[in-house]
Amino acid sequence: MFSADLLANAVVSGLLLGGFYAAVAIGLAIVFGQLDIVNIAHPAFVIVGSYTAYIFNTTFGFDPILVGVAAMPLFFAVGVAIYRLYYAAFERTGQESLSGLAFFFGLMFIIEVTLILAYGVDYRLVSAGYSAQTLSIGFVDLPGRMLVPFLVAMTLTAAVWLYLSRTFMGRAIQAVAQDRGALQLMGADPVRIKQWAFGLGIATAAIAGALLIIIGPVEPSVGRQYIGRVFAIVVLGGMGSIQGMLIAALLLGVTENLVSTFYGPSWSPAVAFGVLLATLAIRPAGLFGR
Amino acid sequence: MSALLEVRGLAKRFGGFTALEGITLDVAPGERLGLIGPNGSGKTTLINCVSGALFNDEGRVVFEGRDITRLPPFQRARLGIARSFQIPKPFRSMTVLDNLRVPLEYAAHTRTGQRRAEDEAMRVLEIMGLAARADQNSAGLTQVDMRKLELARAMAAHPRLLISDEAMAGLSGAEVDEVLEILFKLNAAGITIIMIEHIMQAVMRFSQRVVCLDAGHIICEGTPDQTVANADVQRAYLGA
Amino acid sequence: MRGRGFWAASAALLAAGLAFTELADNPYYFNATYVVLQALIMAVAWNILGGFTGYVNFGSAAFFAVGAYTTIFLQKAFGLPLPLMILAAGLACGLIGLGVGYLTLRLKGVYFAIATLAMGIVLETLVNNWSYVGGAKGTFMLTPDEHLWFDSYSEMLFMIMLVLALGSIAISRALSSSRLGRGLAAIRDDEVAAECSGVPTLRLKLVSTTVMGAMMGVAGAPYPYFVTYVDPISAFNLFIAVNAIAMPMIGGTSHWAGPVIGALLVGSAQEVITVTISSELNVLLVGIMLVLFITLAPQGIVGLARKHWRKRS
Repeated sequence: MFSADLLANAVVSGLLLGGFYAAVAIGLAIVFGQLDIVNIAHPAFVIVGSYTAYIFNTTFGFDPILVGVAAMPLFFAVGVAIYRLYYAAFERTGQESLSGLAFFFGLMFIIEVTLILAYGVDYRLVSAGYSAQTLSIGFVDLPGRMLVPFLVAMTLTAAVWLYLSRTFMGRAIQAVAQDRGALQLMGADPVRIKQWAFGLGIATAAIAGALLIIIGPVEPSVGRQYIGRVFAIVVLGGMGSIQGMLIAALLLGVTENLVSTFYGPSWSPAVAFGVLLATLAIRPAGLFGR
Repeated sequence: MSALLEVRGLAKRFGGFTALEGITLDVAPGERLGLIGPNGSGKTTLINCVSGALFNDEGRVVFEGRDITRLPPFQRARLGIARSFQIPKPFRSMTVLDNLRVPLEYAAHTRTGQRRAEDEAMRVLEIMGLAARADQNSAGLTQVDMRKLELARAMAAHPRLLISDEAMAGLSGAEVDEVLEILFKLNAAGITIIMIEHIMQAVMRFSQRVVCLDAGHIICEGTPDQTVANADVQRAYLGA
Repeated sequence: MRGRGFWAASAALLAAGLAFTELADNPYYFNATYVVLQALIMAVAWNILGGFTGYVNFGSAAFFAVGAYTTIFLQKAFGLPLPLMILAAGLACGLIGLGVGYLTLRLKGVYFAIATLAMGIVLETLVNNWSYVGGAKGTFMLTPDEHLWFDSYSEMLFMIMLVLALGSIAISRALSSSRLGRGLAAIRDDEVAAECSGVPTLRLKLVSTTVMGAMMGVAGAPYPYFVTYVDPISAFNLFIAVNAIAMPMIGGTSHWAGPVIGALLVGSAQEVITVTISSELNVLLVGIMLVLFITLAPQGIVGLARKHWRKRS
C-alpha cells in the first residue's frame, strides 16, 4: 500500500496543489497579513473569479488564465470600493473587531447566494488546451491541469513579493502595517495605501479563481472549503511574510494530499483547520511571523 | 519598615530590543515616587511589568512581601496594585458611575449588592470632582474629565499602590493643579503613589523621591533637587 | 423590563402558547413558530458571547448540529426521553464551547472567530465520517407516539421550544444586569483595562463561551424530531450561523432584548418571504440586511430606538 510510486506522486501533486493554494492565499496574505483586515470573503471573490473565467471561456473560448489577468483591473476597482466602505463604516470608528468581521461574513454570504441564484448549484467546468495533457517524469505524473496553475501561481507569488519589496507603493504597504504614524509624517496617506493594497488583494482573486476552475469543477459553495485553507496558510506562514506563506501553502498542500491519498478524501477539509487550530494553540506567530 | 514594592533585577526584551535591564527598586509604603526619563526609556514598560500587563523576562516583582512575578494582572489588581493608562481607556458603553463599579466589584471585592457598590462609586466620584457626571456616558467626556475618570477607576479598586501614567499630559496649568491635588489627597489617605510624568514642575512638587530611567536602565535615584542637578539626567534629556 | 413585568409577560406567553395548542389545528403554524423560536434561542445565545463579551462566533451551526447529533446518538444508543437528551446536548456543547475557548481565547478576538469556523468544519467532517449516526447519508428519526396531552407531536415540540426560548431569554436578561454581565461588558469595551480593574478576563470569557455553547446545543437537541431527517449538510448549514449573527446585529447587540427583537422580526420576515416568493431569495435578503445594518445602523434596532427616544426628550 505504501509504495514509493504512490508516495512520490502524492507528494508531488501535493506540492502542485500547495503552489496553487499560495495563489488563493496571497490576496489574504496582503490584506490580513499586512493590514490586519479579516476578509473572510476572500475565497468568495476567488469563486467569482472562477465564474468570470467560466463565462468568458464558454462564451468566447478565451483561455481562462488570460480572462483572469484581464479581469484584474475590474477586481482591483471592486476591492478599492469595498475597502472604502469598510473604512468609512468600521475602521474610522474603531469598530473593526466585531462589526468588521460580521461585515465580511455577510458579504461572503451574499456573494455565494447571488451566485446560486444566478447559476444554480451545478458544477461548472472550463476547457483549456493543456488541461488534458500530462507531463511524466520517471514514475511521477504532472497533470497539465495542475502543473500550469502551479507555474502561474508561482509567478504570481513572485510578482507580488517583488512588488511589495521593490516598489515604492509596495514598501508603503509594508510600512503602513508597521507604523502608521511614521507614514503620515512622511506625507503618505495611510487610507489610500490600504485601499490600494486591498484592491491588489482582490485583484489576485481574479487569477486565483481562473486557476481554481482549471484544476477542478466549481460551484458556489466551494469557496467555503478555502476559508480554512487560506487562514491556515497565512497564520502558519506568519503574518506579514510572503515567503512564510508560500512555504506554509506547500506544506498544507502536501499534508492534505497525503491524508487524502492514504485516508480518503472525506478527511481533507479538516486538515487545514486542524493545522490552523494547532498553529494557534502552539505557536501563534507562525513560522516567520513578525 | 519593609518596602511595599520591591523590584529586583528586572529585565524585559522584545525580540532583539532590550527595553529594560537590571532594574532594582524599592518603594516604601506611603511614599510619593516620581518616575521620569526621556521617551522610550522604558517607564511604561516598567509599570506594565509591575501591573502585570507584561511579564518580565528576568528578575522578580515582590508586593507586600509576596512574589507576584507570575501573577496575571487581575490578581495583582485584587492584591492592591492599580494603574491608570497614559491614553485613557474608559469602558465606553458604560456611564461614568458604572465604569467605577467594575473595579469596585472585582478588584475591591464589594459584592454586597447593588446599593453598596453604587454608593461607594459616588463617594469616589465626589473626591475626584466627577459626581455631576455620574450618569453621563463615559465616551463623551472632556480630556481632563477622562483623565480624572482614569484615576477614579484606579482609586475605585481600593489600591495600596497607585501608578499614574502621564495623567497630566496635555492638560492646562489649572487642570494639572486639579489632578495633583487629587493625588495628594489620595496619598494622604495612605495610598502609595508612583507618578510617571513629563511635566517637571508637577514631578518636583509631588515627589518625595525621583527615579530616572534612560534606555532601560536606572541612571539616577534621589530627591527631586538631587535628580535635577544630576549630570546623567541632564544628558539623557538634553542629549548633550 | 422590570423584574415582575418580565415574569408576568413570560407567564402570559406560556399561557398563550398553551391556548394556541388547544385552539389551532393547522400544523403549519406550529412548525413556523418552532423555526422562529429556534432561531431566537440561537440569536440570544450568540449574543452572550458576541454582544455582551465582544467575541464573534462564526461556528454557531456547529454547536447547533452537535446538539442535534447528540440527540440522534442517544436515541440510537439508549432511547432516552427528550428532556434528558436536551440536557445532554447542553452539556456536550457547553464542554465544546469551553474547549474551543480554552484553546483560543488567550489570543486576539480575530483568531477566536477564525477558530470557531475551523471548529465547525472539523466537527462537520467528523460527523460526516461517523456512520453510527448516519454519516454523510444522513439519518431518519421516527416521530415518537407519546405526546402528553397535546393533539400532535409538533404541538408538543412547539411548547418545548417556547419554554426553552423563554428560559434562554431569562438567563440572558439575568446575566446582563449581574456583576458577571458587567464584567463581560468591561471585557468587550476594553479587555486590558478590565483585566487591570481586577476582572478575571480569561475565566469570564470561558464562562461566556460555555453558556453560549450549551444554549445552542439545547436549541439543536429537538431538531431531529422536528425535521425527521437529518444530514450533516442541513445540520451544519451556514445559514444557521448567518442567522445567529444577523438577528442580534439587526436587533441590537448591547441589550438582552436585541436578539429577541431581531429574531422575531427577521424570523417572521423569512417565513413570509419563503412562502410568498422563494427560499433562496429569503436567504439572500438576510445577508443583505446584515450588511446594511452593520454599516448603517451598527447599534441595531435597539440603538435606533434609543436615539429616537433621546431626541424626543
